[in-house]
Amino acid sequence: MAAQAWIIAALPLLAFLIIAAGARRSPLLSAWLTILAIGAAALVSLIVFGQVTGGTRVEQSYTWLPLGTGQPFLVGFQVDSLTATMLVVVSSVSLLVQIYSLGYMAGDPGFARYFAFMALFTFSMLGLVLANNLLALYIFWELVGLCSYLLIGHWHERPSAAAAAKKAFIVTRFGDFGFLAGILFLYWHANTLQISELAQKVAAGQIPESALTVGMLLIFCGAAGKSAQFPLHAWLPDAMEGPTPVSALIHAATMVAAGVYLMARTFPLLEHAPVAMGVVASIGGFTAIFAATMGLVSTDIKRVLAYSTMSQLGYMMMAIGLGAMAAGMFHLVNHAFFKAMLFLCAGSVIHLVDTNEMPEMGGLGKERPLTFLAMTVGALSLAGIVPLSGFWSKDEILGAAVGSPILFGAALLTVFLTAAYMFRVIYLTFAGPHRGQVHDHGEPTSMALPLVVLLVPTVASGLIGIPALGSPIAAFLEPGGAPAAFNPVVAAISLLVALAGIGTATVLYSGGKMDRSHALQTSLAPIHTLLVNRYYVDHVYNWIAGGVVLGIAWMADNFDKYVIDGMVNGVGELAVGTGGWLRRAQTGQVQAYAWTLLIGVVALAALALLPLGLR
Amino acid sequence: MNTALNLAIWLPLAGAVLIALLPSAERLARWIALVASGLVLGLAVGLALSFDRQAPAAQPQFITHLDWIRQLGASYFVGLDGLSLPLFVLNALLVFLAVLVSWKTQQRTRAYFALLLVVETAVAGVFSSWDLFLFFLFWELELAPMYLLIGIWGGERREYAAMKFILYTVGGSAFMLVGILLLYFNSPVKTFDMVAMGSQPYVGSLAGLIWLLVFVGFAVKVPIFPLHTWLPDAHTEAPTAISVLLAGILLKMGGYALLRVNFGLLPGATRQFATLLAVLAVVNIVYGALVAMRQSDLKRLIANSSISHMGYVILGASAAVAGGAAGAMAMQGAIFQMFSHGIITGLLFVMVGLVYDRAHTRQISALGGLAARMPFVAVGFVMAALASLGLPGMAGFAAEFLVFAGTFPVYGVATILAIGTIVLTAGYMLWLVERVFFGPQRPEWARLPDASRLEALTVAAFLIVIIGVGVYPRILGDILAPTAATLAARLAS
Repeated sequence: MAAQAWIIAALPLLAFLIIAAGARRSPLLSAWLTILAIGAAALVSLIVFGQVTGGTRVEQSYTWLPLGTGQPFLVGFQVDSLTATMLVVVSSVSLLVQIYSLGYMAGDPGFARYFAFMALFTFSMLGLVLANNLLALYIFWELVGLCSYLLIGHWHERPSAAAAAKKAFIVTRFGDFGFLAGILFLYWHANTLQISELAQKVAAGQIPESALTVGMLLIFCGAAGKSAQFPLHAWLPDAMEGPTPVSALIHAATMVAAGVYLMARTFPLLEHAPVAMGVVASIGGFTAIFAATMGLVSTDIKRVLAYSTMSQLGYMMMAIGLGAMAAGMFHLVNHAFFKAMLFLCAGSVIHLVDTNEMPEMGGLGKERPLTFLAMTVGALSLAGIVPLSGFWSKDEILGAAVGSPILFGAALLTVFLTAAYMFRVIYLTFAGPHRGQVHDHGEPTSMALPLVVLLVPTVASGLIGIPALGSPIAAFLEPGGAPAAFNPVVAAISLLVALAGIGTATVLYSGGKMDRSHALQTSLAPIHTLLVNRYYVDHVYNWIAGGVVLGIAWMADNFDKYVIDGMVNGVGELAVGTGGWLRRAQTGQVQAYAWTLLIGVVALAALALLPLGLR
Repeated sequence: MNTALNLAIWLPLAGAVLIALLPSAERLARWIALVASGLVLGLAVGLALSFDRQAPAAQPQFITHLDWIRQLGASYFVGLDGLSLPLFVLNALLVFLAVLVSWKTQQRTRAYFALLLVVETAVAGVFSSWDLFLFFLFWELELAPMYLLIGIWGGERREYAAMKFILYTVGGSAFMLVGILLLYFNSPVKTFDMVAMGSQPYVGSLAGLIWLLVFVGFAVKVPIFPLHTWLPDAHTEAPTAISVLLAGILLKMGGYALLRVNFGLLPGATRQFATLLAVLAVVNIVYGALVAMRQSDLKRLIANSSISHMGYVILGASAAVAGGAAGAMAMQGAIFQMFSHGIITGLLFVMVGLVYDRAHTRQISALGGLAARMPFVAVGFVMAALASLGLPGMAGFAAEFLVFAGTFPVYGVATILAIGTIVLTAGYMLWLVERVFFGPQRPEWARLPDASRLEALTVAAFLIVIIGVGVYPRILGDILAPTAATLAARLAS
């Protein structure tokens, strides 16, 4: 099966094509086509995963573009441990999100279109993880960006959604500019884009470290854009304009993790470029704490989760930058499940109150006990409370950071902030009395079921990385690598810090009360303002886009209109003015010109044919 | 197949004559045009399929070589190579689609379709001529009908636009003619045969001057900054189908001629001017994108994006002088981009036309929220915009990737600026889509109908080509690669 692994990506593509070709007229059929195709893809992924654990490895390449000189540009797929892991995560989370969407999107006028794009996204994301070279990876990379654009803008009548979609595409494209340059840079140094060949050449020392550093830093630009790392993070909170299941699948579990995956995929290159690793680790560590602080003050439940996603992606980047690739991937897997579940919980709550604003929620545990349970377990896992999955992977990352005090400090502070903002969410959403309107139409099974299923990995996916069990995922991803040792001191410290975060949230928000936090806000007003305004980064971007770029464009446009065309028209008028007598010939009648021209053409043609007749 | 090529060149003109001979055939004219252009498309595809991809790339295929003006060394010499074949097919395809796009034309249909067919013959002749004299005649044959098509069937400022178009191009032609004559009289081989001229290129002291003279003629057509301002006016005022042809194939005449004449016949001078070309290319790319960003008229925006995108053609061409793998790649990218830009911008103008036909305005600020009323038009427009911004899986990406990859080791800074422009392109294209199609529905546009079946089919045809070439670029790459490598190698030696 692994030799035909491309089928995994082809199945959702097929669903998309059938829906686009006509099945879209039946919304329910479209949805089920998507679910069936992705279900089948998940099944094949599991089979392939099984084969890969048994030692199977596959790599296939095809000519994409022949060149006149030298080797053609190839595209292809590969199946190894990293790909197999991602295939299972992507297809299974996608399947659950699609089932959830059946209920969540019911009655939406764009129901069929929604599922079509979800299928297209799943195809692109699976293609991305299957790709065996940088060109193919870039192709799917852009396609997932497209799907993200289309799905953020699902409710395109809303100006805010349309603007958010555009912003997401343009900001990530800014990173992709670096990514593409990096691909070309590496290509001209290594003469190949096959990741395995690049790795071989790097290992053999055939690529100078300086070139590798530049190339990997450029590629990291793309990863930073996709994974919303500072300073290319600004699009992710706005992306929450999309339907909540989209946020769960694309903007939490899978696409945004593609940046982390890219760094893991190119890790054999990265690890030979220590400067680039330092940059990756620093940006990751900074983003982790930077995003977490913004998560503390947002009142929009989805935005809090978005900041959390950015922060956790920062964690993963930091791990990879520190050389702990397996730890980063371990956290990616755990995060994909529990963050998808947290978003689906948020969707369930939003479904109930028709708002994202937590101050208008409160007391929803009564209506949604399952959601309450799932969200609390998810929050505990995210906060890193033993024995939930998040504890194990977060701990491994902290363990990797022990050697660099600043990053370790940042990571530990992030643990505190994470626990605090997540329990702020729990209290504000579920505790105390209702603060706003509740419209309980009941929760369909399709929405409840995925939560129950996702609870399992949220609790237990840590098993794949527990050091006492021999860190199976590390052994799988990096065979022969030294397994991370369990560091009881670090674990104890991080647990205490997380509990302190939960405690702080409890002090401020227990019973769903907001008066203590309001008092704190007032006493720390400048900091609160800074955080609510997201450190003014968006202001700077808006100024650059709207002021600087459009300003330069304004100058170019006026130069075009008045300088270049001004000269052209001036010359024209001068000619007309001096050649007044010519005006008699210019009757202004195009028909007259037509006859003149026709006669001229005929004369020319006759002249041209004359020699043939003479011969 | 040699007959097929001649047939494909002259059949449209025969169709035009037939329309002219049938005085009251207003309704029949479009059918004649459809049949003629359809046959030409069939012939062109047949030629592409029977093109020998393994044959040495230096020689054209499907040759007809007849004596003509022996005293001058001018002959009727037509044929196709890997550079001209894609553009020849593009011409056939776009004229056929242009006929479909103009199906509802009411005003002077006979004249309209007859002129359209004359343009097809002229452009087909330009792309297949291997005799410089014949090439020049075909080149000039295109001007008059195009002038009339803009001037009679155009928008409000059509006369200004048509006059600007004709003055620019005739002015350019004057430079070109002087250049061609200088080349002819100084060339070691007293012939207009471009195969002979290319195998023994003129290397004398006048080479630089000649290069610049013919370059001006072609640069107007591409258009290259600062000779570009006729284009937005001509595009904006021309009827939809004519905008499709203008952007789709007439600009390619400039790029093609630059490669065929300047690069093919004056390789030495080309090397001297390569850096200048690269600089002009980057100006085109960046400046065109910046100007596009500020346009308030849909068509002007697309027209300026054309200026930006044609810059990629010039950029790739300029890097071809480096020869080797990079030069061949860049050259292949330049040719590929001509094809891609032709089909993509053609579609963009069709989509703009669909919006304009319904809303009767091209002012972006007056539009908004159209997606709800015209989902098909919205999907088509979004896909055209995505293709234009170089989304992988569509024709533009393959071309741009080749240009970037080939140019990168030759002109690094220029390449970085060009790659950076993809962000600007995404910016103005998606901003355009947002302003026209997204946002709340407006009451004044609440009754707009979506695309008709014929319109939908036309759009689908464009999309099939765009996606087909994008997903499987070998379909073009196999034809382009050997020719591009030969051209680049000849430049570098």
